[in-house]
Amino acid sequence: MQVIITVIGTDKVGIIAQVTTKLATLDVNIQDVSQTIMQGAFTMMLAAQLPPQADFSEVKAALQALGDQIGVEIRVTRQEIFDAMHKL
Amino acid sequence: METEQIKETIEMISEENLDIRTITMGISLLDCVTGDTATTAKKVYAKITRVAAQLVPVADALSNEYGLPIVNKRIAVTPVALLAGADPHPDFLPIAHALDDAAQAIGVDLIGGYAALVANGCTPADTALMQSLPEALATTERVCAAVNVGSSRAGINMDAVAQMGETVKAIAAIDPVNAMKLVVFCNAVEDNPFMAGAFWGVSEGDVAISTGVSGPGVVQRAVAKLPNASFEVICETIKQTAFKVSRMGEFIGQAAAKRLGVPFNIVDLSLAPTPAPGDSVAEILETLGLSHVGTPGTTAALALLNDAVKKGGIMAAARVGGLSGAFIPVSEDRNMIEAAQAGHITLEKLEAMTAVCSVGLDMVAVPGDTPATTLAGMIADEAAIGMINNKTTAVRVIPVPGKTVGDTIEFGGLFGRAPIMPVNTGDASAFIGRGGRIPAPIHSFKN
Repeated sequence: MQVIITVIGTDKVGIIAQVTTKLATLDVNIQDVSQTIMQGAFTMMLAAQLPPQADFSEVKAALQALGDQIGVEIRVTRQEIFDAMHKL
Repeated sequence: METEQIKETIEMISEENLDIRTITMGISLLDCVTGDTATTAKKVYAKITRVAAQLVPVADALSNEYGLPIVNKRIAVTPVALLAGADPHPDFLPIAHALDDAAQAIGVDLIGGYAALVANGCTPADTALMQSLPEALATTERVCAAVNVGSSRAGINMDAVAQMGETVKAIAAIDPVNAMKLVVFCNAVEDNPFMAGAFWGVSEGDVAISTGVSGPGVVQRAVAKLPNASFEVICETIKQTAFKVSRMGEFIGQAAAKRLGVPFNIVDLSLAPTPAPGDSVAEILETLGLSHVGTPGTTAALALLNDAVKKGGIMAAARVGGLSGAFIPVSEDRNMIEAAQAGHITLEKLEAMTAVCSVGLDMVAVPGDTPATTLAGMIADEAAIGMINNKTTAVRVIPVPGKTVGDTIEFGGLFGRAPIMPVNTGDASAFIGRGGRIPAPIHSFKN
């Protein structure tokens, strides 16, 4: 399953490291990364592939828990919704 | 990875209240007709709980996976008056209770279709259902009712209009909150997914999914970025925004239908407000340059909004239907409530606005001592607008016992609160009392 993961919050040391480490432990393969500081906020987007056996809700909950732990907001959304809105 | 597009979508959802307002399953109950109303009621319960068992779990799963709130999950059924025609003494209450129990069992908050279609006249079953409305709505929690009293092809059944004036009073006398569960239509559509007026017409299939989208906040933000733009630019912007919003309805509707194993029917291209901040249709009109909704220019602003939403949305979906337009319910729209409280908007202005949008006088509270014939006059006026203009119009009016102008009634949640609005104190009783039908207009004879 193709997903888009967005990470938004106050910039600090180690956000990328912690998020990508968690993704590795969840066996989620990162295919594209974009990271910037938008209006003072750390903003990262990752396109990633969930393994076939993964439970979407579990991956989402694990990442949201990490977000709570490190003080950033992490959203996990299936890719198709963005294509549906923006691509003809 | 298109980061700007991803950001735009996420902002629409998280900051601008973009949501799927409703996933509605239409269910035909014609195969439940038995000739004995009690047995029919049992079959109604069995069919709804069987075919809609997975509606809420599927909608919740889609919402979780795609990050898009699906606010309401609802059911629309065949007009119930059609289910008991073979019973010489139809008692519709068992069916109302079966609908209520089925809705509770599958976890939907409203079920629509306790309805009679009487534009041309009433069958004994229609009459019995209309007479049962006060008790049916008082003894159920989730059942919504509709009565279609007119159409461009048939004219207006003024006997039914008069009866509905009395019925609305009787419903509100028990509890005014019950009156928000009844919509009186002209040109009711068979595939409307929005409550309280949804029912599943007899020309529809057995079971299908429809969606209603919403996103007044998204449109308002887009318009707010263009304070000096011309009307052409504004309309183009609304069209593009409506396209994106409507694509969500098409996408989620198709996904829901596939998972439920039923056909996908239509997307209703609507702007439906809620009382939440930033979710107001009236605010869009104000952002277009009106000091408050109700100001001269409001009808024109609503007309351009409604038309641009349709033009943008219609290409986003394979099939478009339902009511498809901007809703202007008073109690469910924060800026509309404020305008009504301040006296900026009147019933007469709302009536004019209903000529250019969907649907009609909606969620309007009036003094409890408003005569039934005045309520019937309001229904007749709306029906006339619909009949002559070949559009759906409706009245969902709430006469609040013991309250008068300056008071407010609280409905709670998405239904909001409504200031009691002043009603013209003239007397329509002689007009309403004539009886009979207003014939169909000349331009309905197109064959």
